Amino acid sequence: MPAQSTTTDTPLVQVTGLHVTFGRQKVLRDINISVPKGQTVAIVGESGCGKTVLLKAIIGLIKPTSGQILFDGKDLFELTDKELVVQRIRFGYVFQNAALFDSMTVGQNVAFPLRQHRRLQEPELQQMVLARLAEVGLPENIVAKKPAELSGGMRKRVGMARALILKPELVLYDEPTTGLDPIMSDVINELMLNTRRNYQVTGLVVTHDMHTARKVAERVIMLYPLSRLGPNDPQIVFDGPPQELDRSSDHRVRQFVRGEAGERLMEMREQAESAGHHAN
Amino acid sequence: MSTASASQPANHGILSGLADSIADWGGVILNSLVVTGDVAMFTWRTVSWLFWRLPRKETLLPNFYQVGVLSLPVIALTGTFIGMVLAVQAYFTFKDLGLETRLGAVINMSLVRELGPVLAATMLAGRVGAAMAAELGTMRVTEQIDALDSMGADPIHYLVVPRLLACIFLIPTLTIMADFMGVVGGYFYSIVILDIDMHHYWTNSEKFVDSFDFFSGIIKSFFFGGAIAIVSCYRGFHCTPGAEGVGRAATTAFVWSFVLILAIDLFLGNAMYSTYYRLFPDATKHF
Repeated sequence: MPAQSTTTDTPLVQVTGLHVTFGRQKVLRDINISVPKGQTVAIVGESGCGKTVLLKAIIGLIKPTSGQILFDGKDLFELTDKELVVQRIRFGYVFQNAALFDSMTVGQNVAFPLRQHRRLQEPELQQMVLARLAEVGLPENIVAKKPAELSGGMRKRVGMARALILKPELVLYDEPTTGLDPIMSDVINELMLNTRRNYQVTGLVVTHDMHTARKVAERVIMLYPLSRLGPNDPQIVFDGPPQELDRSSDHRVRQFVRGEAGERLMEMREQAESAGHHAN
Repeated sequence: MSTASASQPANHGILSGLADSIADWGGVILNSLVVTGDVAMFTWRTVSWLFWRLPRKETLLPNFYQVGVLSLPVIALTGTFIGMVLAVQAYFTFKDLGLETRLGAVINMSLVRELGPVLAATMLAGRVGAAMAAELGTMRVTEQIDALDSMGADPIHYLVVPRLLACIFLIPTLTIMADFMGVVGGYFYSIVILDIDMHHYWTNSEKFVDSFDFFSGIIKSFFFGGAIAIVSCYRGFHCTPGAEGVGRAATTAFVWSFVLILAIDLFLGNAMYSTYYRLFPDATKHF
């Protein structure tokens, strides 16, 4: 059953005419997305279609080649460093491989945003860290461990605890369930749902796990790789509620949702052969 | 007709080769300009943080420990060997000239002016610079630098500024250590092994080595420290993905640092000596 809507009409994130190019490689072309406050949107698509790039552009880690990204009406690339920090505190970013700091313990990792942006006494800070870790189902004795000592699922949950400790308004999840077993994947799904219920956060979930997309999102946006599109084809091939995915008339959407390779292997072989001929 | 058609492809081939070559050189020049501008911006951002807000003690101390304390044994060893090698090399030349009592002057002057600062900095570029590039490169590849950014912590302030401060304060300190151990090594080899007269050894050292020689070496080592930190952190921040990328970041950090150390040594040394001798013309030394 998909998540229930708690959205308002005000857009928290407004992406207009976004283009991102790395060198000669175009990754995103004319992307237009509006995410209202409180909505959880899953961004799905094949590997290499630009999902993570879109997420990093929204948080201001990648500068768009052209177009505009507004967060709560503000263009992050036009802010001063101080103003940008104020806005960044309103984000929480859960990285694909958690991106925990190797040199710090779990406790120091989770406490990091608090130490950076809040002036708290040490006991209060420790209490908040333990509370956040308990919320993601991690015991107290984990605080002294180094990230290298943790399993993949634990690292993801520590990453979530760190991203949520400042109570952000927008949480961006980059492949939150990739590399996890089905049970742990569902634990992460439940945590994402709990986060939304408890803190009324807006969420952007980049995933290619359709179970996650259907469970946590009220809206699904599907991106398609530019290399497989014509010059005038839109890159967003689906934008709607998860229930509509199976009813989509677009065969690319149906193929992705069902996880069918179709003629893809044949196409890839032909491309490889043709590249080989060109090289010779 | 046939001649024209045969020469046309040949001309076309030469022209296209020439165009490709020009394009390649243009690409190299353009890329060099971009990297130079990028390094300048990186340096500017790092230095401007020094005037705005200094890093916290918790981030400074581990870097000071890494750069300073952990480098002490290797620097002491390097310094001692530099002094002894200088003694060996200078002894045979000076003995032929009957000037072996002047050994102290040449060993200690070479040591504090050039070899101590340059070789200590080279050793630190390998030990500290390559490690910084590899560590920051790994952080880049595993998205830890992006994580810092996403949490509103400026990666340059958090990662680069403490390393820069550690290098510019501790590399000169380590150079003093290398100089001292070099003096000890040179003394040991000259007096104990080569049996040079101790009185003449020290008298000549005192006569020819003045405080400017010592301080010019230390001033250069401030710049060596800055160059090592900036280059190594820059390479780490711009590391390409994968183990190969991290390895390349560490290697290029060392190579760039080494080239910069030599360039700074040449130009800064030249500038300092010409200024000094212009200000104090009587200070010229005569062997």
